[in-house]
Amino acid sequence: MSYTTNEIMTIAAARRLPDGAVCFVGIGLPSTAANLARLTHAPNALLIYESGPIGAKPDVLPLSIGDGELADTADTVVPTPEIFRYWLQGGRVDVGFLGTAQIDRFANLNTTVIGPYDKPKVRLPGAGGAPEIASNAKEVLIIVRQSARTFVPKLDFITSAGHLTGGDARARLKIPGKGPVAVITDLCIMEPDPVTRELTVVSIHAGITPEQIRAATGWPVLFAADVRQTPDPSALELDTLRALQQRTAVAHGTASSSE
Amino acid sequence: MTEITSLREAVAHLVKDGDCVALEGFTHLIPSAAGHEIIRQARKDLYLVRMTPDLIYDQLIGSGCASRLRFSWGGNPGVGSLHRLRDAVERQWPQPLALEEHGHADMANAYVAGAANLPFSVLRGYQGSDLPTYNHNIRFMRCPFTDEELAVSPAIRPDVTVIHAQKADRRGNVLLWGILGVQKEAAMAAKRVIVTVEEIVDKLDAPPNACILPSAVVTAVCHEPGGAFPSYAHGYYVRDNRFYIAWDDIARDRDVFTAWVQRHIRDTADFQEFRQVLAQSKGAQA
Repeated sequence: MSYTTNEIMTIAAARRLPDGAVCFVGIGLPSTAANLARLTHAPNALLIYESGPIGAKPDVLPLSIGDGELADTADTVVPTPEIFRYWLQGGRVDVGFLGTAQIDRFANLNTTVIGPYDKPKVRLPGAGGAPEIASNAKEVLIIVRQSARTFVPKLDFITSAGHLTGGDARARLKIPGKGPVAVITDLCIMEPDPVTRELTVVSIHAGITPEQIRAATGWPVLFAADVRQTPDPSALELDTLRALQQRTAVAHGTASSSE
Repeated sequence: MTEITSLREAVAHLVKDGDCVALEGFTHLIPSAAGHEIIRQARKDLYLVRMTPDLIYDQLIGSGCASRLRFSWGGNPGVGSLHRLRDAVERQWPQPLALEEHGHADMANAYVAGAANLPFSVLRGYQGSDLPTYNHNIRFMRCPFTDEELAVSPAIRPDVTVIHAQKADRRGNVLLWGILGVQKEAAMAAKRVIVTVEEIVDKLDAPPNACILPSAVVTAVCHEPGGAFPSYAHGYYVRDNRFYIAWDDIARDRDVFTAWVQRHIRDTADFQEFRQVLAQSKGAQA
């Protein structure tokens, strides 16, 4: 069965969410992947959105973080301060699922500015919930399309901490969570090296070459010695994702989904 | 005692030039009608506070009402940039906009602190982030009991908080449900509170733990059915996603934006007339 690089990215990301995990979900690609997981292998994943829904089970993907669909399908809806104080800071979130505008080799994230902060070339939306998700979730998954503009050697601004300068930098700052454990892109899957914490390609999607990955990474990217090929999507994964995106497109009256 | 009054009266008497103003609503129940009325009455030099500036602050900023913004995520949800916010930050149009930028957790905490009449909020956060480098209102202190380093920032104490809700009764008790965001905290933190509502009813008939703002904290209630458009009011109408998409083109260009604000906000008497004019201009495009 043929599939697109966007589809394998979303499916590969969804596979990383364990069944039963409490997952703090960002909007866009993370929300697509988390809901795909819920609809396939992880029916008991508890999806939390920062606007207040806990245990959301949306039939169509939300366009915004506070769509009514999330409230209607949730186990409960709590005020936003409770989400951040009792759930995230309270240490009850297993997996934080984030997107980003830029990422560096230690999986630090920039969603704030391109260029100097006081005279930005591009003003991006900003932090949202990401800095505290990145620090307080037990682990973090990052899903982002790969290009040299996004995977940069040096961030203009660190909005959310990944592994900072590498090694034990995170632990030295006493950041509670483990930080990013995987970066899933439309080309490959990267994981931080266990010691240096530098992102290393561990799995390459079918039909993608190492040269393509190098060209789409703004630093000399490392490959694991035993780099694998990402398993193809199953029929269930692909059908479920396509049906979800089709329902979403119809509901929102747009040709494309919330990606 | 809550005044039940027109939105025009409420904004005229309760929102002053230079005020710290929070119009809250997390995607849901965004008080758009009130934002328009502030533009219509040409308020200046406002210190705007809001977790997610959204279209409502894009309009206020582009209309020259604001000089300062405290926020945590400034995008058009599901669409992209807020072009008026970006133009103010990147090119100081129509005037410079001082940013005070936080994360969501911190903003939510700062409203809670404001509601509790505390001077600052505390959270475990910002470690390794550059935000404290550029926002000097994010600082760190040592816990006096455990010595843990924690982030602190000033409580949010708006002069005026404006929210939209589903219902009020005739005494000014306000009922809201669905996604609540920080609306209750933002109201409790403010000196004055304006609530626009879908309906004014004799009895709220709410269960005991419903989210109700008692009239003691509500300064004015204004009947503005549809007043959250293009956001939504749970149980009344859904989010107009097409308008959020259309806003991208309207806000991208200064002249298009200025003409739009003139035609749809400044030249209309109220939000009901705005909706009529919007329906006509949509019809003209079709």
